[in-house]
Amino acid sequence: MNIIKKDAVILGGGPAGLAAALKLKEKGIDNIIILEREKKTGGILRQCIHDGFGIVRFKEALSGPEYADRFVQEVQRQNIEVQTEATVIGLTNDKIVTAATKEGLKKYQAKVVILTMGCRERTRGAISIPGTRPAGVYTAGVAQSYINLKNIMIGKKVVILGSGDIGLIMARRLTLEGAEVLAVIEKQPYPSGLPRNIEQCLNDYNIPLYLSHTVTNIQGKERLESVTVSKVDEKGQAIEGTEKEYNCDTLILSVGLIPENELSLQAGVELHPRTKGPIVDENLQTNVEGIYAAGNVLHVHDLVDFVSIEGEKLAESAAKYIKGEKGYESIIPVTTDHTINNVVPQKISGEQDVEISLRVSKPSKDGQIIMQQGNKVIMMKKFKKLNPAEMIHIKLKKEEIQSKEEIKVVVG
Amino acid sequence: MKQQYDVIIIGSGVVGSAIARELTRYEFKIGVLEKELDVVCETSGRNSGVIHAGFNNKPGSLMAKFCVEGCLGFDKVAKELDIPFKRIGKLVTGFTDEDMEILKKLKEQGDKNGVPGLRIISEEEIKKIDPNVAGKVALYSPMTGIVNPFIYTIALAENAYQNGAVFFFGREVVAIQRKEECYEVTTKNNEKYYAKWLINSAGLNSDQIARMVGITDYTIYPCRGEYFILDQKASAYLKVPAYPVPNKKEGGLGVHLTPTIDGNVLIGPSAEYLDEKDNYAATKEVMDKLVAEGTKILPQIKREHFIRNFSGIRPKLVEKETGGYADFVIEQREEIPNMINLIGIESPGLTSAVPIARYVVEKMKQKEELKENQNFNPIRKGILNFTEQTDERKAELIKENPNYGEIICRCESITKQEILEAIHNPLGVETVTGVKNRTRAMMGRCQGGYCQTRIAELIIQEKQKKVEEVIYSRQQGKMFVGGVR
Repeated sequence: MNIIKKDAVILGGGPAGLAAALKLKEKGIDNIIILEREKKTGGILRQCIHDGFGIVRFKEALSGPEYADRFVQEVQRQNIEVQTEATVIGLTNDKIVTAATKEGLKKYQAKVVILTMGCRERTRGAISIPGTRPAGVYTAGVAQSYINLKNIMIGKKVVILGSGDIGLIMARRLTLEGAEVLAVIEKQPYPSGLPRNIEQCLNDYNIPLYLSHTVTNIQGKERLESVTVSKVDEKGQAIEGTEKEYNCDTLILSVGLIPENELSLQAGVELHPRTKGPIVDENLQTNVEGIYAAGNVLHVHDLVDFVSIEGEKLAESAAKYIKGEKGYESIIPVTTDHTINNVVPQKISGEQDVEISLRVSKPSKDGQIIMQQGNKVIMMKKFKKLNPAEMIHIKLKKEEIQSKEEIKVVVG
Repeated sequence: MKQQYDVIIIGSGVVGSAIARELTRYEFKIGVLEKELDVVCETSGRNSGVIHAGFNNKPGSLMAKFCVEGCLGFDKVAKELDIPFKRIGKLVTGFTDEDMEILKKLKEQGDKNGVPGLRIISEEEIKKIDPNVAGKVALYSPMTGIVNPFIYTIALAENAYQNGAVFFFGREVVAIQRKEECYEVTTKNNEKYYAKWLINSAGLNSDQIARMVGITDYTIYPCRGEYFILDQKASAYLKVPAYPVPNKKEGGLGVHLTPTIDGNVLIGPSAEYLDEKDNYAATKEVMDKLVAEGTKILPQIKREHFIRNFSGIRPKLVEKETGGYADFVIEQREEIPNMINLIGIESPGLTSAVPIARYVVEKMKQKEELKENQNFNPIRKGILNFTEQTDERKAELIKENPNYGEIICRCESITKQEILEAIHNPLGVETVTGVKNRTRAMMGRCQGGYCQTRIAELIIQEKQKKVEEVIYSRQQGKMFVGGVR
């Protein structure tokens, strides 16, 4: 089979992949291709027709398709090769990429493979809700796809489990489409989504949010008939006697996103147990040389603006690698404890400034993020509010790094 | 038009479908009435997918006879029907001297039943067969196999169809009357079907069907078993089905771990007697128990491996208090001529389906001479699985048909061509679940997050349906309420 040589093969034409492609081009890397499984590039942004994208990057609130379009247009102007309706079905550790397309099975030998495949949604099975299996149970993203891309309405009386951002946005969207959203149920004692979405998607429409509650049963033989909702204790266990029945025909699950790394695993890319994305160094390079990752495939972001920025950062390092410039070796591990959910990158060199991205595990007020090496605090930053829904980005200056010892990031 | 048949089969589970296929070997006009919208909606599809060797059943019973025959003959059937089948063997493991005695008795029973190759093996040998299976001693059965129960049933039904049997879905039988040497079968939608022969293979509802012709002496006791399905990643930890020493009191073989032919792992089933025959709910208590027992047997399993759960219901002829198994009932009564009743076909029904079907034919032969169908063709072609092909073959396939170049289900790499073949399969697919059961699309770790919208869209397109008509699985299980505003 004919193998096409490429400097960079980008897996996924969403916000991270598009941004990475443009930056590579800017850095003088021309022989690149974006492989996108959908008919159009833009990724999941295409179904996000609400606004609020681009505030950080463009200082204006755009809809998802508008935000994507800025990158899509530029990729076209720059004549970057894009193959749509191409599903990558193989990736090896020597960077051979196999894609299925209507024109044939295509094989690429890449100098650099860029993983920007995004994430998938956690499902009912992943959280094991008891009950029957009727029609009418949808994940938030699937519901969004039906409504916004296919113009198909999925139900009339809705309960939403999980207060993740997509769930909140779907609460508003369903209401605007004439459905009745009875409640949003959240297992944690605090919301999972951004405060602005709680405000704009629930409070503005008088949709109640029940914290420390969960769905404990699903009823209905053919179409969903009702769900049972119970209070949960501090351990997340349902409290007996608190059951309440909601008659509804639709249950929307917004119970988290998981980076989509099946292809990464094929190539031997090592994943982090907490982020479920690749373990990367400060260049966003994985343990497999020449394979880089950015965006939601690396760790789930709150704002798309940071996804694009991460894609660009990746491309800067990848461009250097393609040109044969040797970067610093990342030998300092960056770790956390239970106060922080995850941190990216997990390894740095200490030879240059880096940005550490993280999410705290619990909300708190007047908290501080501390980085320490051994017993020494090397960096401390105060926050009025710490919220797991929001990703925190902290610059760590080269001078602040004291040694080659492990850096531990914690909430102090 | 009068719906007149030589034979009407009630129920298109694995047994009904196997009977339909066996009967097409003869010159019969065959109609199959199924209350659901597809074959394999109930017991036949909701099990471990194990082709049992036949050591669990009482010597001399129909169960033992048909199970051994079914198992030994499975290679041929699988080949004819073009379905995946693997004889991967099975371990029944024990720890104590008492367990050892039970295992020895099981072996003895199996030997009597004619099961080849049974051996009692030591811990060392267990480890050689599967290093992750715990046990001091085990009964090893090399003949045990695994199969996809959906595909198997579908294949039997499709082959029956190709040979002339007609399937009617969404036809629940509500009344049967005998009129002038002929049965008049009325369905819920008030259609009438007529046939000289009537075969009751209605599984969970076979007692009700029997009652419609006046046989009142059977009661089916529904006994639910819940399962978890694990991600294909978990298959790295388990090579063969691993069962505990059976507990006589329980209605099943006990919670076990089974690799599936598609590369997943199943944990289950539980055994719980119910009052309803169609209560497929999963319960928190059992789910917690399965997680606990599963992770005890294979500590490598993590929470993230659990991708789905389901339940099945055994149509048992024994009450909870009695426990264990009653033998299959396959009978024809003089006072009810030309009707064959199959009642209490529970495990090992999947394994036994073809021998049961042959037995039914034998019973019919006692009553009349059957004329062979010269055109009968036992060969059925399955849907080609793109992802299992070599890269060279994949390239050729796409060249021949670009629909192979479009991946619809990402997790299982199922192409548009496979989905289209499922939608246009001989029996006709009315539901999204029907496509799933034929292709594995939506069965992966994202459970349709990527492909369900595409499959629903293809059904709308290919079948020229309105969005409101798309059905998820059961008859009124509509997926959508209409268009957006």
